[in-house]
Amino acid sequence: MVSQNLKRTPLNAEHRKLGARMVDFGGWDMPVQYSGVIDEHKVVRSSVGLFDVSHMGELMVSGRGANDFLQRMTTNDVTKIAIGQAQYSALCKEDGCVIDDIIVYRRGIDSFLVCVNASNTEKDEQWLRAHLPASGVILENQSEAYAQIAVQGPKARELVQQVVDINIANLKYYWFSEGKVLGQPSIIARTGYTGELGFELYVPADASPRIWSALVEAVAKLGGKPCGLGARDTLRLEMGYLLYGNDMDEGINALECGLGWVTKFTKGEFVGSKALALQKERGLGKQMVGIQMLDKAIARHGYKIFSHAEGGRELGWVTSGTVAPSLNLNVGMAYLPPEFSSIGQEIFVEIRGERKLARVCKKPFYTNGTAQL
Amino acid sequence: MSNYPNNLQYTKEHEWIRVEGNTGIVGITAFAIEQLGDVVHLDLPKAGSKFKAGESFGTIESTKTVSDLYMPVAGTVAEVNSALTSAPEDIANDPHGKNWLVKVTLEGTPANLMTADQYTKYIADAANH
Repeated sequence: MVSQNLKRTPLNAEHRKLGARMVDFGGWDMPVQYSGVIDEHKVVRSSVGLFDVSHMGELMVSGRGANDFLQRMTTNDVTKIAIGQAQYSALCKEDGCVIDDIIVYRRGIDSFLVCVNASNTEKDEQWLRAHLPASGVILENQSEAYAQIAVQGPKARELVQQVVDINIANLKYYWFSEGKVLGQPSIIARTGYTGELGFELYVPADASPRIWSALVEAVAKLGGKPCGLGARDTLRLEMGYLLYGNDMDEGINALECGLGWVTKFTKGEFVGSKALALQKERGLGKQMVGIQMLDKAIARHGYKIFSHAEGGRELGWVTSGTVAPSLNLNVGMAYLPPEFSSIGQEIFVEIRGERKLARVCKKPFYTNGTAQL
Repeated sequence: MSNYPNNLQYTKEHEWIRVEGNTGIVGITAFAIEQLGDVVHLDLPKAGSKFKAGESFGTIESTKTVSDLYMPVAGTVAEVNSALTSAPEDIANDPHGKNWLVKVTLEGTPANLMTADQYTKYIADAANH
């Protein structure tokens, strides 16, 4: 099924050639799976998988004052990252609610790549543009110039080394390097969304089909394969990583959704800091927790959570949930009041009129990932 | 492309039913399973539950989605395939045979269902949309 209105990445034709099942993913025609979600999930945990994540947005922020501008617009402290280093962060509104979760890559003293969620690219661009200082800082949306290929899994380094002109043996977690991928100027980042050792390659869009094909050929020799967004979702959920639009949105503040660790009040004022500081002082009304189903059932986005099997109090809701293929458990993430958020707390998820027992548990659910090795 | 057995009748929602006397054996089609992807959970009714034709009698879940299962004909559930509920991923192996979902005691005659030929054409049309 092909809809005329869906956006396509430069790799769309490659996915169709490879027989991927395509779906509408937030307005993008994207591969949800090739061989099967669980198979692809396991390949990434044990070997290496390729993902087309070209739908992600790339905003370039540069020019005199770029550092100060991002320091004011993001929650994390950009002065803590060196040239060649990346940082997970967020854009907040004045009320502390989350516009987007982002990765900031420092390319120079006043030069940054901000990687944003696909569906938020235009919104983020407009938000940043509206706050630009009168002169100095240049904001460019280069999302169409870049394709992004994620190479994830314990064998990712071995694979990526075959196609880049730099030595990546010592490239550490959340660092990146500017080099060439099959001769094309690219950003080679040790980042990812799976919990495994992995790289995200920002490559020129026009050269990306050739790079993708070469990677598809090389990955097979290592026992890996191309993977779809279905596996990307189960992989990120096993790690407790947030997904914008599912686990957070503009109605939930950065502290509630568990972004406190990337919210740095010590750096001084930033957009949203006053509201967040006040919230911190007053205490949170709800917080993001991991849950594990004890009854045989799968919690899904939007399901309500109650305190008792019958009657009782409505406590909150599930934001994401699925089977965790590495663990053979059904897990999810949810918002609960702090007094119901302790590890081990039993709760009930209402699934089609029936309340199913679940338990608050630690995130990440999966703890054997190779991301930081 | 799977073969759709001639002794089954099919619904537009991709269930099938095989009638043996006053018992109906109900399952879902290979096409539905292929569309769903990995099946990870099945929610089936208890024996004794009564359903009208077209009523939802349970759900089937893949990693990504939950889909309702619809009863092809009015009846009372006589037996649930419990082997399948404990290993739902097996359904892909033999969805038109041993991996049926429920057996029902019929309380009506199947109506408005498709033959295997009609169903094959129906899913070919669906895939081309």
